[in-house]
Amino acid sequence: MILEKSEIPLIGAAVAIALASLVVPSWLVFTTTLAISTALVVMGVVMLMRAGLVSFGQGLFYCLGGYAVGLGGRYLGITDALLLVGLGVVVTVGLAMVLGLLVTRYREIFFAMLSLAFSMILYGVLVKSHNLGSTDGFGVVDWTILGFTPGSGESSTRIALLLALVLALGFALFLNRYFKSSLGLACEAIRENEVRVEYMGVSRKQVLYINYVIAAAVGSVGGSMTALAAGHVDPTMAYWTISGEFVFIAILGGTGHIAAPFLAAIIFTLVRTYAVELAPNAWQMILGIVLLLIILFLPKGIWSLFTRKKGVAS
Amino acid sequence: MTVILKTTGLSRYFGAVTAAEDINVTITEGEIVGVIGANGAGKTTFINMVTGYLPPSSGTIDFGGNAIKGLGPRKLMRKGLTRSFQIPQLFLEMPVIDNLAIALAAAENKQFQMIRPVRTPKRLEAAEEILAQMNISQYRNEMVTAMPQGARKLLDIAIAMLGSPRMLLLDEPTSGVSMEEKYALMDTVMEAVRQRGLTVLFVEHDMEIVQRYVTRVLAFASGIVIKDGPVEKVLADEKVQELVTGKPQAPKIEGDAPHES
Repeated sequence: MILEKSEIPLIGAAVAIALASLVVPSWLVFTTTLAISTALVVMGVVMLMRAGLVSFGQGLFYCLGGYAVGLGGRYLGITDALLLVGLGVVVTVGLAMVLGLLVTRYREIFFAMLSLAFSMILYGVLVKSHNLGSTDGFGVVDWTILGFTPGSGESSTRIALLLALVLALGFALFLNRYFKSSLGLACEAIRENEVRVEYMGVSRKQVLYINYVIAAAVGSVGGSMTALAAGHVDPTMAYWTISGEFVFIAILGGTGHIAAPFLAAIIFTLVRTYAVELAPNAWQMILGIVLLLIILFLPKGIWSLFTRKKGVAS
Repeated sequence: MTVILKTTGLSRYFGAVTAAEDINVTITEGEIVGVIGANGAGKTTFINMVTGYLPPSSGTIDFGGNAIKGLGPRKLMRKGLTRSFQIPQLFLEMPVIDNLAIALAAAENKQFQMIRPVRTPKRLEAAEEILAQMNISQYRNEMVTAMPQGARKLLDIAIAMLGSPRMLLLDEPTSGVSMEEKYALMDTVMEAVRQRGLTVLFVEHDMEIVQRYVTRVLAFASGIVIKDGPVEKVLADEKVQELVTGKPQAPKIEGDAPHES
């Protein structure tokens, strides 16, 4: 596979983060892992947004990925991180293939509410499942990777970051090409003009369905990585406010580039961390103000700062 | 000559309003047919029914010898029946070249690719060819929003012509285009049509355009075809002339027969 020019900075950034993880404090490694995992889910949200759909229920797939890791270790005895992530993808894709048949028939607020509804159903089921810890959730087993046991503590945190980086880079490279492919561009075309898409002989439903399933799979990987890094899963992963956060980050970054969700997720995580530190009772207000400023001054997201600069230069 | 399109008793009602009634039209391959009539006469309803945009209330439609009533735009396009729109239906916030690249990818009639870029050398070459043919090459990298109305119309028609159609329905191709540009636009379109050997049915309000480019005219009034024949004969008809002068025609209301006093 020949690398595209736009892919080299992505690889460079991943290598830089990996190297930096060797020297930065453990808390920052952990925060970055969570941010990258979140960015994976946000990539799924961005995929849907490019097709004109806003999902307030991506937490469903995020939670499925997380619980697949938890349950796979607990009931199936799987400890390999890659297998656990894979299990999450299989389960999520299976569910998304069923739900996609219904939800991709809807647009705008109906799609948003329907996706939210499914996510909240999972939340309700998990809250009522006392053997799964109810609202407290449960701990994830100590995992291994390709036969190697990272152990606990710092070493595990750093290896989780490396795994998240590798998976995120893989998906970023895939989506970078996907967005320029006929299927990826057809999603944008559907957002722009469904009538013309149909008159070109393209099945809107099929395009949206495939896009929805891929977005779910990416979301699941984000959830699995969060579970592996945090060592714990609980039903709030499916709660609507978490899905709202993913939409928040997607708007924060914009849909202009594959790196935008990563940048936005890192900024979001840092802003939230410091906002909680500075104003424990008003951190949501700080986040709200940040989003307001972004919508007012950078309606196409933080990434538009780079494209705007490029436009001026050219 | 081979019949390409045949409608029998084609009607469409919106509640008590008759938008089109008992339309019986036969079009043979290679014909260039104009559809005229005042606003609300049923021209666009007819085109919308034929192209699967609007389901007919009754009647049949045959295209190339096959019944196509009830088929959606996607299936009709695959059968070779395509259209352009009065308001061009384009992907406004995408570059012109990508509008064509997607249309070309769709025209290949294969499963869409996930990894391979839509801009393949073959598609770019084909896009350049059609842009040159439609005289809009200068807009290739522009967003559609940056194009003037005439150029948008040409792009809309260019997209409709991809994928080897047999028949093209044009809904008011010159509406919103300046007087100076109209003939150049139509010359470009008709040349492209001629090269592809397409059958064309186009709705038009400008009688000079109709006289210049078509051989046969269907004149619509109050949802029915009041005249069908050679262009000179139809346009010379008194009833049609009254129609052409633009006197508005009230839609027919079911069960509301005119009263003699």
